[in-house]
Amino acid sequence: MTTGPVIERRVASPHSSSTRHKRARRGKDALLAWGFLLPSAVVFALFLVYPLGRTVYLSMHGNDIIGRPSRFVGLSHFAEMATPQFGQTLMTTVLFTVGVVVPGVAGALVIVLLLEGVIKGQRFLRGAFALPFAFSVASASVIFSVFYSPGNSVLNGILYRLGMDQVPWLTSQEMALWSVCITTVWMNLGYGVLVLAAGIGSIPKEVNEAARIDGATGPRLAWDVTIPMLGPQLFFLIVISTINALQSFGQIHILTAGGPVGSTTTLVYSIFQDAFAYGTSDFGRASAQALVLLLVVLVCTMVQFGVIERKVHYS
Amino acid sequence: MTLTAEGKGTVEKVSRPRPTLGHVAGRVLLYLMLALLLVPVLFPVYYVFVGTFMEPRELATFPSRLLPTGFDTGNIEGALKAVPLARMYWNSLVMAGIITVSQLCTSALAAYAFVFLRFRGSAVIFALFLSTLMVPAEATFIPNYLTITGWGLGNSYAGLVMPFLAYAFGTFLLRQSFKQFPRELYDAARMDGMGHLRFLWTILLPLSRPALTAVGMYVFITSWNMYFWPLIITRSTEMQTLQIGLNSLKTGEAANPGLLLAGAALSVIPTLVLVIFGQRFIVRGLTAGAVK
Repeated sequence: MTTGPVIERRVASPHSSSTRHKRARRGKDALLAWGFLLPSAVVFALFLVYPLGRTVYLSMHGNDIIGRPSRFVGLSHFAEMATPQFGQTLMTTVLFTVGVVVPGVAGALVIVLLLEGVIKGQRFLRGAFALPFAFSVASASVIFSVFYSPGNSVLNGILYRLGMDQVPWLTSQEMALWSVCITTVWMNLGYGVLVLAAGIGSIPKEVNEAARIDGATGPRLAWDVTIPMLGPQLFFLIVISTINALQSFGQIHILTAGGPVGSTTTLVYSIFQDAFAYGTSDFGRASAQALVLLLVVLVCTMVQFGVIERKVHYS
Repeated sequence: MTLTAEGKGTVEKVSRPRPTLGHVAGRVLLYLMLALLLVPVLFPVYYVFVGTFMEPRELATFPSRLLPTGFDTGNIEGALKAVPLARMYWNSLVMAGIITVSQLCTSALAAYAFVFLRFRGSAVIFALFLSTLMVPAEATFIPNYLTITGWGLGNSYAGLVMPFLAYAFGTFLLRQSFKQFPRELYDAARMDGMGHLRFLWTILLPLSRPALTAVGMYVFITSWNMYFWPLIITRSTEMQTLQIGLNSLKTGEAANPGLLLAGAALSVIPTLVLVIFGQRFIVRGLTAGAVK
């Protein structure tokens, strides 16, 4: 730093001195920037980038009984996926995703549209609808396991009082997946309400006013104006809900453990079973499935980025 | 029906039509539908606290009792005895606390670099940071499990938190917030010869408190609620987090609805408090991707 003034004295124009100064500062800035990015970069490199490479490696190797990779097996783990069992796992994943996303998004939409009509206490009601967001996967699942329990099921008790038939919530192969869906929809509803409510809040007041002057009210206003204006938020919610549903694990682990007879074994649960359950440690098979999961989620995210990008260009 | 929602400005007040029978009927229908939706949404929240204080024989009746009966603390005592819930509470707190503080630090530093520092490749590196968000954590758990157990850190706090010490979502959110910081203030501070670190610490961060709170709350809630990773990386009950403890309550020999409800009620209190009193901040964190 002591050379600074000397250089300045030698240079005639103050302008060029400042550019030189700037250049020196820029070099220092760049160094500092790399220093600031380093902590994040180290974490990403160790626990995100390296694992992706290692997953590919593991997926092409067999392993011994404690999970150490042994021989190279090429793509045979992927070839093994062409079985009816894995087909069922994929089918279950798709059904679960649809069973979570469709009612979840539709429910949140209906709730925020109804809330728009509320004059007093709108914030309070929205807060009430958002409360399930506080519940973790584990706590929600534990509560619903009490609701579903075959012995003194709370839900069956309510159905009984209403004079309706009992439902074998978690014990029947046909019903178990939907019961897990119900729990998941309940857990995620608060998030959907918050996202869509924020979207409604960002619709310009003039749009609603203009529509009202044209005589649109209630359901008409919602259908013709609010829902189209909510397009980006609805799309965001659908994609995020889809990605979340694809990654769901805790509710399946706690409520059904993938059963009965594999009827609730989704892709993520199947990865867990192969890699970590019953001391199997079949990391090769599990890694191959993890790559399938990665691919599916990647496609979903790409679709989201692609569409949002186009939206941005439009406006 | 929704016309009455206006009326803040005087002009609208004048033009507001008198409520007709149709309006009233619409209004009643609206509240009826909301109530019909609110009951199933709030019922689990209600029942977990009511059921916690029921006696075991009341919980075992069929059809189940739905109204509060007494104030029996037996379930809470039982849950605390069945698994070391207090210890697990502490574990969850330590884990979520470390992850939150670490993500705030790493995100703030990275966001600062992207907004206030000029360096070659800034845009490319930001895109790379964002692309890490596309990778589902579940797809990295097997190698991470092998890495961390290989370092001998399985079943430890270090092992619990390490993969989550940085996350690009926080960087993304703080970058948005830093970009709105008045440039003149930054220039003035720099002109006064203030270094980057001092500017970051004494001016930028204190003024970015709402954004930091939003990120912090979001990170705390999601890590407090984590399930898959703590399940595979912890082995002893001493190291397990609350969420895993809830599952142990269910699979344990004493599986009994009262204990499950008590455990769930105890575990949800911190996040419930955050959601009720910090909703403003949470909305900001949650919806950052959805609303411009």
